[in-house]
Amino acid sequence: MSNIPSDLRYAKSHEWVRVSGDTATVGITDHAQHELTDVVFVELPAKDRQLKAGDACAVVQSVKTASDIYSPVSGQIVEVNKALSDNPALVNSEPYGNGWFYKIKLSNPGEVNALLTPEQYKQQVGG
Amino acid sequence: MLKRTPLFELHQKLGARLVEFGGWEMPVQYTSIVDEHLAVRKSGGIFDISHMGEVLLTGKRAAIFLNHVLTNDIRKLAEGQGQYTLMCNERGGVIDDLYAYRLRAEEYLLIINASRIDDDVAWLQKQLAAFPDRDSIDLQNASARIGAVAIQGPRVVEFIDQCFPSCSHCGTLVARASDLAKNQIGEFHFFGQPAWVSRTGYTGEDGFEVVSPSETIAAIWSKVLATGHQYCLQPAGLGARDTLRTEVCYPLYGHELDEETTPIEAGVGFFVSLDKGDFIGRSVLAEQKAKGVGKKSVAFKMTDKSAPPRPHYPIWSTGANAAPIGEVVSGTQSPSLNIGIGMGYVKPEFAKAQTPIEIEIRGKRYAAVVVPKPIYRKPD
Repeated sequence: MSNIPSDLRYAKSHEWVRVSGDTATVGITDHAQHELTDVVFVELPAKDRQLKAGDACAVVQSVKTASDIYSPVSGQIVEVNKALSDNPALVNSEPYGNGWFYKIKLSNPGEVNALLTPEQYKQQVGG
Repeated sequence: MLKRTPLFELHQKLGARLVEFGGWEMPVQYTSIVDEHLAVRKSGGIFDISHMGEVLLTGKRAAIFLNHVLTNDIRKLAEGQGQYTLMCNERGGVIDDLYAYRLRAEEYLLIINASRIDDDVAWLQKQLAAFPDRDSIDLQNASARIGAVAIQGPRVVEFIDQCFPSCSHCGTLVARASDLAKNQIGEFHFFGQPAWVSRTGYTGEDGFEVVSPSETIAAIWSKVLATGHQYCLQPAGLGARDTLRTEVCYPLYGHELDEETTPIEAGVGFFVSLDKGDFIGRSVLAEQKAKGVGKKSVAFKMTDKSAPPRPHYPIWSTGANAAPIGEVVSGTQSPSLNIGIGMGYVKPEFAKAQTPIEIEIRGKRYAAVVVPKPIYRKPD
């Protein structure tokens, strides 16, 4: 059974969002890292890049496949997690902690309310 | 409808992730590819290879027929010995790569790729129909009634004898399975049922492969898994099988090998015996050996940090006149070396070890270098 923290919001495509003021931190869920298995490389968006919600903005490479990651919210990238370049396995070991992907300045904070609640996401991934 | 091996239900119970492979529904992993890969390098893993095909040939002239359709010299095999060999078309292209075992004086077992069973059997039957002594040779496709497992890793030798507690009574005669030397095969009893055990594998590690009637293979799997447990043996899927064989540069049909590629181009000319007399494809292979080839198989390591190389990515030369020079056929992140590795075909002038090349990964080129095979060598 995967870990779904109660203080986060979730996208159907298995990203999570942690909002702090006008900025949000984005990563992928425990369920997603488990499905992808053995992350060996993460391509992150460039700093300052403008994203619209739903844009493909990162790529997670496992031993077998490459998977696109979609931004759950719109805004401008203010920071990316450089630690993933040396240690991509953080996505597997700490998906909600040191395995975060990027921080984004929200251009439309209202979007967050449209994301799934922990209960709704739990239902989507089947508990 | 995908085919399933006799071990399918055991894979499900173990929580395997199942994928399609060559028309079969097979476990790609149980825990994770990296975990299973490292377990095989360090201690041991057991793989279901029941999807692979088995062809039995018997008869006084079976060896002469096999020497006509296969590239290696079958006469080198004593009873109870096996060899890697290839089956080529008239153009020297590879129909399949396989292991040929001499089980008894006039009985041979061919272990062929799952995805090639139909093509191989059709080809063999066609060649046999045109063979002068065809009536003295019996050819049987036993694939549907035979199962197989591969038990691989440095610690397997510590417990294999507990799984087959008897001497062999056919093939290579040994007191214990662990007495088998590389490429030897012997027939053992497993609870009264026959089981052929060979010292072979596809991982670059020491290990054994076991071939038995389909009804027995699940009991063998369970016995080996239970016995090997305290030696850190774990079930391993096709994902780890692929990364393990890529690290040691063993070809995989459909990647390094196909009907348009010859064994010489693929770098497995060692298994082509040009001096054994004529065989199918010989004239093309002899000419390539003498005059050279138009493309050559290379192994490479990424030197830039990058996403892993994958099949079909373009290979480029470097420098001011950089141009495409070939294509990746196998590629992955090496779990042992923790870098991107792969194999590909390039123009021969770029095939020398240490040649700098570039791999085009998702629209961008990254630095790599041609390295000697195998890419991974066991530390001494």
